[in-house]
Amino acid sequence: MSNAPLADQNLAQLANWLMYSAIAVYLLAFVAACAEWAFGSRGPGMRASAASPAVRAAQQTPVAPSRGRTRSAAVGGATGSSTQVLAPPATARPEALVTGTGDGPGAAGGSPRADLVGRIAVSLTVLALLLHFGSVLARGLAVSRPPWGNMYEFSTAFALMASAAYVGLLAARRPVRWLGVPVLFSVLLTLGLAVSVLYVDSAQLVPALHSYWLWIHVSAAIISGGVFHTAAVVSILYLVRDRWERAVAGGGAEGRGAVLWRRLPSSQTLDKLAYRLTGLVFPLWTFAVIAGAVWAEAAWGRYWGWDPKETWAFITWVAYAAYLHARATAGWKGRRAAVLGLVAFATFVFNYYGVNILITGLHSYGGLPTN
Amino acid sequence: MRTALVLLLLLALAAVPGSLVPQEGRQPAQAADFRRRNPDLAPLLDTLGFFDVYSSPWFAAVYLLLFVSLAGCIVPRTVQYVRTLRARPPAAPRRLDRLPQHAVWTASADRGEVLLTAADLLRRRRFRADLDVGGSVAGEKGYLREAGNLVFHASLFGLLVALAVGSLFGTTGQKLVLEGDSFTNTLTQYDDFTPGTLASADSLQPFSFQLKGFSATYQRSGPQRGTASSFVARLNYSKSDGGPARDTLVEVNKPLEVDGAKVFLLGHGYAPVVTVRDGKGDIAWQGPAAFLPQDANLTSVGVIKAPDARDRDGKRDGLGFTGLFLPTVQLTQTGWASSFPATDDPVLVLTAYHGDLGMDSGRPQNVYQLDSSRMTQFRKADGSPFAQALRPGDRMQLPGGAGSLTFDGIKQWASFQIARNPSNSTALWSAVAMGLGLCASLFVRRRRVWVRAEAMLSGRVRIVVAGLDPGGTDRTAEEVAELAEELRERFPALKAAESDVKNLEPLPQEQK
Ligand code: HEM
Repeated sequence: MSNAPLADQNLAQLANWLMYSAIAVYLLAFVAACAEWAFGSRGPGMRASAASPAVRAAQQTPVAPSRGRTRSAAVGGATGSSTQVLAPPATARPEALVTGTGDGPGAAGGSPRADLVGRIAVSLTVLALLLHFGSVLARGLAVSRPPWGNMYEFSTAFALMASAAYVGLLAARRPVRWLGVPVLFSVLLTLGLAVSVLYVDSAQLVPALHSYWLWIHVSAAIISGGVFHTAAVVSILYLVRDRWERAVAGGGAEGRGAVLWRRLPSSQTLDKLAYRLTGLVFPLWTFAVIAGAVWAEAAWGRYWGWDPKETWAFITWVAYAAYLHARATAGWKGRRAAVLGLVAFATFVFNYYGVNILITGLHSYGGLPTN
Repeated sequence: MRTALVLLLLLALAAVPGSLVPQEGRQPAQAADFRRRNPDLAPLLDTLGFFDVYSSPWFAAVYLLLFVSLAGCIVPRTVQYVRTLRARPPAAPRRLDRLPQHAVWTASADRGEVLLTAADLLRRRRFRADLDVGGSVAGEKGYLREAGNLVFHASLFGLLVALAVGSLFGTTGQKLVLEGDSFTNTLTQYDDFTPGTLASADSLQPFSFQLKGFSATYQRSGPQRGTASSFVARLNYSKSDGGPARDTLVEVNKPLEVDGAKVFLLGHGYAPVVTVRDGKGDIAWQGPAAFLPQDANLTSVGVIKAPDARDRDGKRDGLGFTGLFLPTVQLTQTGWASSFPATDDPVLVLTAYHGDLGMDSGRPQNVYQLDSSRMTQFRKADGSPFAQALRPGDRMQLPGGAGSLTFDGIKQWASFQIARNPSNSTALWSAVAMGLGLCASLFVRRRRVWVRAEAMLSGRVRIVVAGLDPGGTDRTAEEVAELAEELRERFPALKAAESDVKNLEPLPQEQK
């Protein structure tokens, strides 16, 4: 009887050590990913100086990591690239994600040295992901329940999914190594907040959370969050790249950011990737909301009561639906849709940080104990 | 679509204030408090309906407009869809080799055979294939996408209906039940009852249950000492049709379902059992008095009222007690507190009043509060307020022979929420349909493939396979290539130079 809690204490301690190790390795991965961008700025892919980014894109040799899947004989080929040279950036082929044409050369910019550093960054990210996963797992074992019962645990699980979504895209052989810097940045930010501000010792759950719906509902929400996060990062990069492409297409100067933006995929590729990711998890998020309603019905006798959590889950859902509609509506495609997607992600984040901190705070004036 | 988009954004925006301002229906106490704290803002917010956003006219206006626009979209689209299903797949465009994905080669074969084989191959790939007189086969697949989209949007209506039925005909109520006591599902028995707008008390099925016992277990060691690990209420219930009584357990997340209603365990607490004797030595009040928990360790407050007590002279002089019940007593610098939620070392700390409890005035009184405005607190000889800590079995003697109170024992109570919502299954099935429809509408690709076989002067056949995918995914290219490959196996290309499979142009931008 007295041994069990001791073992749990050790596991909880292990979870903390793993978390600190994961953060350290993420930090190294982040540095390496930044170094890839730095070294890549002199890569052969960056030397092209002609007017349009598409021209440059077509000139450089394909170097990006895990360049799209090899297509069947019927598709792609030299003919495709040569047509591409003539295409202005705004009409770059939508298949760009797959074939790489029209897109920038990636973070390494074609430099073998930068590419090596980039690969190291990916390896470190994978290692950090494993440590991170180990930490979440140990925490879960320490408390014999799903490790997402409080904000610390939720944040670490969310960061895990954000990082897993990135690694998952790489594993699916998508050329997305350029996502490394921003993704690692927010993962580090989330974990940093989690261990410094939100940390609580491993704890049992109150009976209200004793339910298999905790598994179902919260894991669906966390996985959705991880993928929404990636989509949001892609949307931000889309907005940046799109602005740059417009400036260049309008005959403007490439600007000082060009050294970065030039290496990104074309705005169309980015837009499409953000849409696909969102479309992919929107059903899961819908399911998470429904599962929450079913749980609420089982626990409190009403499936929908407009409490702040529910309300913000609804707002997130509607905002993402608006994004999907915007993508399909002429006049709203592109920039406006991307902004909507970011607003939708902001509502998602607000639901987990804002609602927990601000709104319960608002309620606590009503005499609820706040410790 | 654009209207829908704007309305969706409005709906999201309209839902926000209800999460920031406490809502009258859900948290009346907080709403009242908010009003008190913001006297300047409150009237404005009241006018705007911000204390009851989700049933305010403007919120309703937004979602009703959304649903009107939704109906205006799905009805014509459904008609259109049925027409599409009835019609043949669209005939091949004149110049198939202009399509982004295509393959062309020349074979020596019979034209009709090529077309029949192509139709067969398409059907095997579960395309709807149609052989037309123009010498081509048209195949189309992915009709489920549009069907899914329609089902998804239509099931939103199902959800709306469910929410409406729920708020019109559903009922919820709360009841605190002491161990050993019973509850019958009739209006008068509730502590608090919220019927839907059109629900009548007659819709309550008079089932009943007795709380046979309640038990809670807590973590006894580790950093989580004191956290509950289980709450179990043992009930014996009988349905309203008078069947046999049955025993059951009700736990958090595990309600009892009876006669279409659900009984949820909401909370629990202690009820010290006391006997109050008055100045004449008669029992003025006896029984368990439910004390309400104030913190996680169940420091509980409560009152004991004996309005009909008499003083030594036999004159009516009500007795009232207020104080704390501490399941595990701990005396801290700030006062009495409980250090553990189980009754390890229970103590009842009471102070006492005498006078008029105000219970005859006819005004409704809170059973958990003592109205001491017309009462006098007992004082000790030195003038300080009289108070005493009692352990079970202890007796408290009131000053001046005004009476006594004995702490006989401890019972527990459990509070229940009894809810009936006739729309639960409508809501669930609509949600399931919504999920399935959504997946179909997002994951199914609609695409068209055509195969044309043109007779050439030489007696050969020129075969063109081409495809189109409005979604602009690369999978259609693969599909066209595979189909061409299969067809070419049966009707091989004559010369390498003549068989040319390419993909010349980019796909057109997604078109909606
Ligand atoms: C007035 C109400 C609405 C109208 C007129 C409407 C109209 C449409 C139309 C025409 C499409 C098809 C777009 C296409 O074919 O690509 C669509 C897709 C969709 N709608 Fe709605 N809709 C409405 C409300 C909603 C609501 C309330 C939601 C959910 C919150 C929603 C979620 C979706 C989703 C997820 C899609 C799929 C988007 C995609 O295929 O990318 N819609 N809607």
